[in-house]
Amino acid sequence: MDWLFFTEVTLAGLGSGALLSLTALSFVLIYKATRVINLAVGEILMLGGYLFFAFVTALGLSTWLAIPLAIAGGGLFGMVVERTLIRPMLGESSISVLMLTVGLGSVLIGAVELIWNTDPRALPDFMGQTPVFIGEAYVSRKIAIGFVVAAIVIALFLLLFRFWRGGVALRATATDQAAAYSCGINVPAVFSLAWIVACATAAGAGLLVGAIGGISPTMGVFGLSALVVVIIGGLDSVLGALVGGILIGLVEAWAGTFLGGEYKLVTTFSLLIAALMIRPYGLFGTVEIERL
Amino acid sequence: MRIATAKETYIADEGLLVTATQRAWMGVLIAMLVLAPFVLNQYWLYLACLVAINVASATGLNILTGYTGLVSLGQAAFMAVGAYAVAFLEGALGTPFLLNILAAGFVAAFVGVLVGIPSLRVKGLYLAIATIAASFILHFVFTHWVSVTGGVRGINVAPARLLGLELASPFALYFVIVPITCLMVLGAANLFRTRIGRAFIAIRDRDISAEVLGIPLLRYKLMSFALSSFYAGVAGGMWAYFFRVVTPESFPFATSIFFLAAVIVGGLGTILGPVLGAAFMTLVPELLKYVVEWLGPVFPNAGAALSPVRTIVFGALIILFLVFEPHGLAEMVRRVRRFFHLWPFRT
Repeated sequence: MDWLFFTEVTLAGLGSGALLSLTALSFVLIYKATRVINLAVGEILMLGGYLFFAFVTALGLSTWLAIPLAIAGGGLFGMVVERTLIRPMLGESSISVLMLTVGLGSVLIGAVELIWNTDPRALPDFMGQTPVFIGEAYVSRKIAIGFVVAAIVIALFLLLFRFWRGGVALRATATDQAAAYSCGINVPAVFSLAWIVACATAAGAGLLVGAIGGISPTMGVFGLSALVVVIIGGLDSVLGALVGGILIGLVEAWAGTFLGGEYKLVTTFSLLIAALMIRPYGLFGTVEIERL
Repeated sequence: MRIATAKETYIADEGLLVTATQRAWMGVLIAMLVLAPFVLNQYWLYLACLVAINVASATGLNILTGYTGLVSLGQAAFMAVGAYAVAFLEGALGTPFLLNILAAGFVAAFVGVLVGIPSLRVKGLYLAIATIAASFILHFVFTHWVSVTGGVRGINVAPARLLGLELASPFALYFVIVPITCLMVLGAANLFRTRIGRAFIAIRDRDISAEVLGIPLLRYKLMSFALSSFYAGVAGGMWAYFFRVVTPESFPFATSIFFLAAVIVGGLGTILGPVLGAAFMTLVPELLKYVVEWLGPVFPNAGAALSPVRTIVFGALIILFLVFEPHGLAEMVRRVRRFFHLWPFRT
């Protein structure tokens, strides 16, 4: 086996794994706070990419202004969705809310197709082209930057969860809503916060994914891979999102290179079923004990 | 106002149609179904067959999701299994039409049981994701098991033959598809008057309690999966005879979402729900086509916008129903009925 080639594939896998982790974090944030699986994450990812595209090409903003604006746009979208659609559904069965997010994803895809039509587009280049070499192994500059940015953001999140008041409030809400309420935590505000931060994260991840692979109305499929990540890692575990993301990123890269592109999905989904059979709540998820 | 419907025996109480009004409406419906093929044109008959196929599949999903509480996003994959079973049997063995459809149901039921195995350990949303995984794995099998499924090119299906007649047009197929669907809906309605159906409902309401009451969870959950995928398989079989070509892309993941949406829009856990929901969700995109044609002179680009608008309307329908009418169309029908029951008095 060619070790240099293997290393390069592994590095590319790590890169996409970091992006998967970032997207998975968006799932986990929302699930932890509100017990909702947001299947529209992939589409919010897409929205982030398209917003950036629109800000740069249609409004002619500079790249460095467009990036924060696109991320803020994602956050704003999250806030509106939480306030208008998710809040009224509090207390409904989890499948209803799941389907609600599926419907939301469908609306987003339709809207994007309506405005920008179905052609895939390349995002304006803002990362440069010079390849990066780690040792002798070649890594695409975009993937390297994506990895670094994702790693920094995830580290930032871990610190915020640990030390920031809002992060602590979020963890408290996730552990026990009633207790959090009685300690004076504004639980609805935490819900809002979780959606804003998660959707902004997803939009940011969409920027990175779009910069690497281009944007198209079907790029929401990336959300499906991220879904596999959270299920394997455990829906409410940040650690699970990290480990799962890297794991799935590596497995996808290896399967895609050594078995062929069409084996990517089937390998990850087989892994998903195997993981679920062994640990029904994911590798690091909280095991729920049911009582009558 | 509904009066004089006091029931004196348990049998009367358990009846599917309790009042004379219900029987009259059912008579009207049957008469309409019988007369429809002689009145409607080819296009509307085509839609009627499509609606019937979707109703059969949605009813199956309702057994699993609405009555047993196991969320499945793999219904399209089970339909595909049925369609491939029919295509293979028709092409390789040439067995009779009705036998093929039945066989399609059983093959799909077997696959459904396999997919349902994780359901004992995995619950709720995790199970929904597991069925997504299963449907993608099945899709992979369809594209790669070339000797049986014909790979990405798919298989062509010969027209169905019954009693020496060739059933190729929607008009001919209507007389097979609609009765089969009616039988299946009737079967589902009766299922919930038996021990098995009641056990499903008990599992939905609280599975641990059901187990304490002596319902073997694994057996009944698998049974629910088997029944639901049997319905999907038969629907897929009819689909194969209707469209006459089966490819891996015939049943994309979006179709699974379509069926779950149809069941939710119609009303989870009711017999009427999936019937109304499937008809509604199948017909709305077609009606949109008319709206777009009508808007044609005003907006020149309306034709190009049809596909995205359909996607938006599909999503918006799911959202609107979940937020404003969570119990679906069946609940709206119930409200209308109650209004007439109580009529001249206020509701």
